[in-house]
Amino acid sequence: MPVTVRIPTPLRPLSHGRDSLQLAGATARQVLESLERECPGMRSRICDERGEMRRFVNLFLNEEDVRQLKGLDSPVVDGDILSIVPAIAGGAPAGFGKALRGIRD
Amino acid sequence: MVDHTESGYPREACGLLLGRFTPGSGMRRVADARPAANLNLERAADRYELDPADFLRLEQAARAQQLEVVGVYHSHPDHPSRPSETDRLRAEEIWQDSESWSYLILEVASGRVASRRSWVLRQGVFAEEEIQILPFRP
Repeated sequence: MPVTVRIPTPLRPLSHGRDSLQLAGATARQVLESLERECPGMRSRICDERGEMRRFVNLFLNEEDVRQLKGLDSPVVDGDILSIVPAIAGGAPAGFGKALRGIRD
Repeated sequence: MVDHTESGYPREACGLLLGRFTPGSGMRRVADARPAANLNLERAADRYELDPADFLRLEQAARAQQLEVVGVYHSHPDHPSRPSETDRLRAEEIWQDSESWSYLILEVASGRVASRRSWVLRQGVFAEEEIQILPFRP
């Protein structure tokens, strides 16, 4: 039984709308290579030119952030779930948040 | 969502909108809004960073109910409910040229929600989308 890769909504245009794929590999990196073969263009959305994970992407192996494991070299076994999770962030323009600044002051 | 963003004031609060996309119409039906942690503690007054572990947990819960993540909400304490350049840049990193899910922004002025507007990123530009409140149908 291969590894299940969960695809978040922003990347589904590259997976032809599929929200998960079954892929082979012994490490997270190898599974992502399988993902790239299946869905060309996916790797560059997840990894930078050096092949390391982009800052604005998270990868979870089952319930654990792979950054807390061995990164892309984390070993995977059949039946594992590898979830790609977008790093969602933003905020109001700098200089606002007057009430909080008041508290800090 | 209102309680979460008001109780979080004067810090930014964030969470996910769970529901369904309506294919072809561009409409998203939101069935539930669930809070997530803001991991940006340094600049919580004007930044949010949604806890990815919460995203994973809420997405799994949504999947179990045949729902999916259709958007994100966050508050702008003492600032209008329109996207900032930070909102746009961070959304563009995720979506690139694709049309985004909904970004619902709640203006919380002096501890009370004063306005709420929803936005969709298309080709790197945020456009406002209409919000309709529908009667609850179980």
